[in-house]
Amino acid sequence: MSTASETAGRVVPPVSRSRVFWRSPLGKSFKRVPFYLLVVIVFVYALFPFAWALRCAFTPEGDLFSSPLQYIPHNPTLDNFKQAFQAEFFRKALLNSALVAGGVTILSLAIGSLAAFALGRFRFRGRSLVMYLMLSMTMFPSIAILGALYTMISGFGVGILEFPKLYDTLWALLFTYLIFTLPFTIWVLTSFMEALPGDLEEAAYVDGATPFQVFYKVLLPLLLPGLVTTGLLAFIAAWNEYLFALSFIQDPDKYTVPIAITSFVGESGSAFQQPWGTIMAATIIITVPLVALVLVFQRYILAGLTAGAVKG
Amino acid sequence: MSTVATPARGPRRRRKATKLKRRQTRLAWVLLVPSLAVVALVALYPLGKTVFQSFTDEEFLALNPASWVGLENYKDLWNDTIFRDSIWTTLKFTVITVSFEFVLGLTIALIVNSSFKGRGLMRAVMLVPWAIPTVVAAQMWKSMLQSNGVISDAGVRLHILSEPHAWIADPSTALAAVCAVDIWKTTPFVALLLLAGLQVIPRDLYEAAEVDGAKPLQQFWKITLPLLWPAIFVTLIFRTLDALRVFDVFYVFFGNRLGTQSMAIYAQSTIVGDGYVGYGAAISMAIFLVIALFVVIYLTSQRVVMR
Repeated sequence: MSTASETAGRVVPPVSRSRVFWRSPLGKSFKRVPFYLLVVIVFVYALFPFAWALRCAFTPEGDLFSSPLQYIPHNPTLDNFKQAFQAEFFRKALLNSALVAGGVTILSLAIGSLAAFALGRFRFRGRSLVMYLMLSMTMFPSIAILGALYTMISGFGVGILEFPKLYDTLWALLFTYLIFTLPFTIWVLTSFMEALPGDLEEAAYVDGATPFQVFYKVLLPLLLPGLVTTGLLAFIAAWNEYLFALSFIQDPDKYTVPIAITSFVGESGSAFQQPWGTIMAATIIITVPLVALVLVFQRYILAGLTAGAVKG
Repeated sequence: MSTVATPARGPRRRRKATKLKRRQTRLAWVLLVPSLAVVALVALYPLGKTVFQSFTDEEFLALNPASWVGLENYKDLWNDTIFRDSIWTTLKFTVITVSFEFVLGLTIALIVNSSFKGRGLMRAVMLVPWAIPTVVAAQMWKSMLQSNGVISDAGVRLHILSEPHAWIADPSTALAAVCAVDIWKTTPFVALLLLAGLQVIPRDLYEAAEVDGAKPLQQFWKITLPLLWPAIFVTLIFRTLDALRVFDVFYVFFGNRLGTQSMAIYAQSTIVGDGYVGYGAAISMAIFLVIALFVVIYLTSQRVVMR
């Protein structure tokens, strides 16, 4: 602590009461009150919407907006969850989204890690040009390219190149989602590749390893935390996408999660009266598999760390 | 200094080095083939078409074919006050959200990176807001922020507010409301990305610093931050890029309400609402340029900081 105040304390024998208080353990914890207050605010901000979503999911439709508001439902019900699960398109949407998001993630990681090996480990002319080219893919608003993408996926030919008709199939989404997942994976993985120590692969090269062996035996294991993180973020980005899915999919059997959740229709059948309880129940349902996914994969984040311990 | 085993003479060694370099360059391009193929297949046509359309007067479902108008759209755009407002709104949104998300995200990443019980669960739970589709999250917040919603109700009950407030309808709180949703939803993205960056920092660096008696704050400034810069810059670039193209939250909250349009909302209402495809493409090009400006700023400052 500050020596100035200590010497001052010695000169003036009767130390003021308040100073004694602020130096006591209790006083020290009082000093941290603003900090804890901030922590509490952040926690409430982060968690309250979930508490409210849960409350809505268990509240009967009629009581949702009743005044005064019921913070804890008076007549809790499971009807909303039943309704969500009964909708066939919602159940199928979970599978569809898993397929599309999973597929696009695996594809982006495979293509992106090769590119990141090139961009992160080698210096060559045109390197930054490629980086910017990749980034520029995602610098346009999605609405601008929607029309052209629509033309492409509804059977499109340039000269000898003939595009298959992908409209109203999950392939259309797999294909177009690469526009935003690939640049992201390439940039993030490249930054991880660059962060790895420079002399890592030299030993392997001296031992006569080919670049590809160096890539998947030396670099890839070290990159595992980065791969898992990037993969999770790309997966969720694809899982959340709304505009392309709304425009390229018509068949309710092929809805993805965001489309399915917003297409629940209330008892009245009117599009203007949304069944809010069901929507919230569906929202709760979809977070469960994602939390499970993160819990499964984060073991590999840590596994990557121990694999990184190749000292020598 | 590295000890080279073969004491080869100058020229020979240099020739060998250039040969190796050429081989590496060729290999690099081979590795890039799949990515470049994706760009060519998926992105080239839509992006090229947008660039082309921005120089035409193309309209949706128009009777007469589109004609080349040169820079006409861009001239109109220069004097378009609605677009200027939308740039301003989007810039404010971007600066507020990205800075809050960065500070909160870095704090969370540092906390989760230190070992404590239940951090595995915390890491999973902290991602949840990002896992809720934006459209749904926006609707959820919208219902909470209405004047009869829970935020007004709780505020009045706790005597923080004197009367219920319509946060979204009131122009003075509209931007804050939309920022609150984005920060809530996207901080996990920032936190997870920075956490991954923290985890590749070798542990023995901290052990050495500990031995030398460096304080935690010193360790942060001297070890953590310098090694985290690459991750920080990538995170900031992608967050800024997404914030500048923000659409979903603004659409759910305000529709096309004047004064609270983001740039992407204005592009959408021009293309879909009014059917002015050519002008909308010019707006999209302008958005592209604004984003490009930010990318240049980030990359220049990265070069300065990481020197």
